[in-house]
Amino acid sequence: MSTATRVPVRRRVRRTGTPTPTRRTRRRTDWWAVLMIAPATLGLAVLYLWPFLETFLKSFKGNALFGPSKFVGVQNYSNLISNDAFWHALRNSMLYTALVLLGVPLAVVLAALIEQVTRGRTIYQVLFFLPVVTLPVAIGMVWRLILNGDFGLLNWVLSRFGIPGEYWVADARFTIWAFAAVGIWMGLGINLIILGAGLQGISPELYEASALDGAGRARQFRSITVPLLSPTIFFVVILTVISALQMFDLVFIMLGSVNNTAIDGSKTIVYLFYEAAFVQFKQGYAAAIAVVLLMVIMAATAIQFRLQRKWVVDV
Amino acid sequence: MHKRRLGVVAAAAGIALLAACSSGNGTPTSTAGATTGAAATTPAAPVTITYEVWAGTQTPAMKEIAAAFTKENPNITVNVQELPWPQYWSTLQTGAQGGTAPDAFWMLAQQIRPYAAGGQLLDISDEIKAENVDLSKYPKAVIDLYDQGDGKIYGLPKDFDTNAVWYNKALFDAAGVAYPTADWTWADFRATAKALTKKGVWGTAAPIDYQSGYYNTIFQAGGRVIAADGKHAALDTPEAIKGIQFWTDIMKDGSSPTLQQMSDTEAETMFEQGKVAMYMSGAYWALQLYNNTALRPNIGVAPLPVGPAGRATVSSGIENVGFAGTKHPQEVKKFLLFASGQEAANIQAKSGAVLPAYAGTEQTWMSAMPDFKDLQVFIDASKYAVPLPVQGNAAEWQGLQTQYLTPAWNGQVPVEQAAKDYSAAIDKVLAAG
Repeated sequence: MSTATRVPVRRRVRRTGTPTPTRRTRRRTDWWAVLMIAPATLGLAVLYLWPFLETFLKSFKGNALFGPSKFVGVQNYSNLISNDAFWHALRNSMLYTALVLLGVPLAVVLAALIEQVTRGRTIYQVLFFLPVVTLPVAIGMVWRLILNGDFGLLNWVLSRFGIPGEYWVADARFTIWAFAAVGIWMGLGINLIILGAGLQGISPELYEASALDGAGRARQFRSITVPLLSPTIFFVVILTVISALQMFDLVFIMLGSVNNTAIDGSKTIVYLFYEAAFVQFKQGYAAAIAVVLLMVIMAATAIQFRLQRKWVVDV
Repeated sequence: MHKRRLGVVAAAAGIALLAACSSGNGTPTSTAGATTGAAATTPAAPVTITYEVWAGTQTPAMKEIAAAFTKENPNITVNVQELPWPQYWSTLQTGAQGGTAPDAFWMLAQQIRPYAAGGQLLDISDEIKAENVDLSKYPKAVIDLYDQGDGKIYGLPKDFDTNAVWYNKALFDAAGVAYPTADWTWADFRATAKALTKKGVWGTAAPIDYQSGYYNTIFQAGGRVIAADGKHAALDTPEAIKGIQFWTDIMKDGSSPTLQQMSDTEAETMFEQGKVAMYMSGAYWALQLYNNTALRPNIGVAPLPVGPAGRATVSSGIENVGFAGTKHPQEVKKFLLFASGQEAANIQAKSGAVLPAYAGTEQTWMSAMPDFKDLQVFIDASKYAVPLPVQGNAAEWQGLQTQYLTPAWNGQVPVEQAAKDYSAAIDKVLAAG
């Protein structure tokens, strides 16, 4: 995350105007860099840019599954925005993203706590990381059992406290919340690793000095840890939002089958894409969904970069 | 480097993954023709073809069929590959688009249309003619189901299914209810389901299930799912509405678990757990139920109850088809005929995994599960079988059933209204072609 901290420096340089010699040396370095990056760029172009361009073009074409499709203009897009299912899915994806973001503060607190542990820290890290290296399908299936309305572990525990259970994965009022709980649990491990690395970068002297000034643990967390960790937190937030907007597997697995009575209230944008492309054989329409999702993700990311000026501390 | 770029790159990388999924609009490989000639000149050259199936109880029988084929044709090896059901169709679709689909694979009537129209499937009619295959050995309902009206034949049925009522005798005995008779009616079914429902046990399960559920009762009521012209839904006709009401009445009686309960635990699982006493479904559950040794002695099979307009069951089946882009079309055609032929049917029958389509092998299938005495019911049902309705983009309009019918099942909307709305939605899909 040290890379993430140089932006302000560059800005400052720009503002004051760059002297010519610097620019010359810069340009030379750039050519070397271009040469060195070229193979990777080529791979990126072939594997990512080309498919993206094709998807973009396809979104203006008909739905033929095989062979050439007719050009249909913005038909796919107008069909999409006039479809209630799309707006519903968009809302579900947004709600899921918002809920999963709650996992970020949780991860920050946990990362700070784990940092305090001197003995057996690795055990905690491994435990929290386990879900990350577990197959999402397996996770989804286990949670499907835990959340079963009649025989699930969660409802059994709730019943011990006299709380009536719900059909968490068969009632559209709860499904997105259930996905989000599992999503947070799944993403916690990777967030802890990234935030843990960020914490290592904070100088211990700051804590010693503030302790001498009489700051307690809570105060240190608020005034030192969080501000100095903010570039890392920002990075985690960006990644979380992107992956949350792309959520698909949990809908697919935790609902069990397309006959789940909650399916229509639980679709996310990517599920809609899957359904259009692979169930309904609508290639052009599916491509349009993918393009819209890209725009949503770009917009969300752009907004976050706007907002980060207000809360991310230049270290 | 730069925060900003980091984010944008991450966003782009994420979306590209999606893009990659939907891309690859490959035209079928044009090498097929060229290699046909090559194969013809060197017929004994060793060839390996792949045969893709979805995972389930049938895989051992499929491997046995592949081995039997190689025994007859030592130069052709058949690799049986299995994929889990959720991935089967998406993998096949991307494989066909990219020209890397398996040489031979299972096809469903609901799925065949875009593949046939897109020229992705081998036409095997010449091979059928050359080998004098007797098409009358196959159930007409299934053959008709796959007819694309283009004069070509893309495959032959390997199995077929009809529906009946699986029931648990132990639960009947416990409730003191008489077993179903061969000529029981809708009213009998409803009354029996009600009588069997006790604390923790439901008389039957009434999921929103087209193939083993409400399509059958629609036909039994004299209705249709799609009108005869193939262009309009007929779910809003009085007969079809009566067929749907059969199920909503059962829900109203409380004789079935709720839709939510059946979403959490599938109806078939509840039947195996002894929580559901009667389960209307297909012959394809036979082996699974037979393998449940605790349940086995308690299983009975009754024909579907007689409706206001008589008997009916929808029928369907899997076909073996070949990929048009295969490098070995001759060998694949040969295998397809074999895999849907008599010897393969006998192998399937002996395994019990599925009711083979080839006439005359039914007895072998029944003998594979000697403790089930009533399996004849499924075979008799073929006399009144109608093809599963699959007009137009069937996968799309079938996928709308949960959305439109759930309110009717839950009693929130009258059946007439739900049927009308669903019909209008189907009409829209059919109009789009």
